[in-house]
Amino acid sequence: MIKNLIIILMSSVLVNNYVLSRFLGICPFLGVSKKLNQATGMGIAVIFVMLMASAVTWPIQYYVLNALGLGYMQNITFILVIAALVQFTEIVLKKFLPALHKSLGVYLPLITTNCAVLGVTINNINDGYTFVESMVSSLGVGLGFLLAMVLFSGVRSRIDETEIPESFKGLPVTLIAASFVSLAFFGFAGIVENLFA
Amino acid sequence: MKNNSSMSVFLKGILLENPVFVLVLGTCPTLAVTNSVIGAIGMGLAATAVLVCSNTVISLLRSIIPETVRIPCYIVVIAGFVTIVKMFMQAYLPSIYNLLGVYLDLITVNCIILGRAEMFAGKNTVSKSALDGLGMGIGFTIALLSMATIREILGEGTFAGMSVPFIKDYTIAFFTKAPGGLLVFGILIAVVNVITHGKAPYKKDFACEGCPNAAFCHSSGECANKEENK
Repeated sequence: MIKNLIIILMSSVLVNNYVLSRFLGICPFLGVSKKLNQATGMGIAVIFVMLMASAVTWPIQYYVLNALGLGYMQNITFILVIAALVQFTEIVLKKFLPALHKSLGVYLPLITTNCAVLGVTINNINDGYTFVESMVSSLGVGLGFLLAMVLFSGVRSRIDETEIPESFKGLPVTLIAASFVSLAFFGFAGIVENLFA
Repeated sequence: MKNNSSMSVFLKGILLENPVFVLVLGTCPTLAVTNSVIGAIGMGLAATAVLVCSNTVISLLRSIIPETVRIPCYIVVIAGFVTIVKMFMQAYLPSIYNLLGVYLDLITVNCIILGRAEMFAGKNTVSKSALDGLGMGIGFTIALLSMATIREILGEGTFAGMSVPFIKDYTIAFFTKAPGGLLVFGILIAVVNVITHGKAPYKKDFACEGCPNAAFCHSSGECANKEENK
């Protein structure tokens, strides 16, 4: 059981990193990774929302949608639940934890339409995870996102100091740098299978 | 005159405001499904169908939807059409349905569709919005197809499953994998930058307005699209 959970965690952090090998959540990855503190803030906000979204959508899928034979409503239900949840969290944080709201608040609205959050909730259902497994998998995906953001913000600060051809300035060179970071993550392939060998 | 402006509404999505290469929206599916030509065409057509339908319906409802809750309303309309397209593909095109997998669901959160709803369909007439959706959808499909062609030919030596002579013997697996996608995308954007230099509208005028990251960008001036146009 524990072994299984560790495998799920490690594979979603390193091997199947959502940003670098599954291409989910690329927009915030490219948009908010310019400074280390923003990258960290966004990463933590994403972990928070992913855990909450999975905690809410898993029971909805199994006890409401499947029980009523409404499996095809998954997409509409999940996106609405996530949008409502993000709004609700923002309001609650603003009222009761203004300090936390100040540091995470700005990142929350853009997480609503982050495909990594919808992606992880749907994948948890598709992979047939139990509740505990899907929470661990969401945590892993969130940590993987944070890791990718932090690493990439370091890479970007180096890019800023270099001479780049005119037409490559801005997004193209960022994408090419992301390609090399992604290539580096390929080195993790295979480690999870051999973790307990 | 009317014909002229309708034509330009339709054409701008294909060239000058290409959603992928110029507006840089919808990057996730662009990178994820372009390792095969078949997948790229399937994704392009599915997104086009959703885009045309959602643009039409949102334009019809634009006077009813209250300003403050428009984004959730748009998302529900889009998610509804995504579900319809998904069920249709599951029934009639099961092989493409299996190939696209979760990315078909994720059309819901594709920034192109929400972006066009916000930027265009919420403010324009029904016929223009439908044309805009069609143009943007075709632009999206062309962009996906051009990336998939490069990646599949170099990575697997095939085009839509048919093998390409000579290249078949010297494939570079890198291109079908994740890093190859990012590399090809970066180079293609640079190429489009050179071609449209001076002609394309400033990206910040378009991409940020409908982009879900806009709230963040405006507060701190940190948008990947903005910095290019200084």
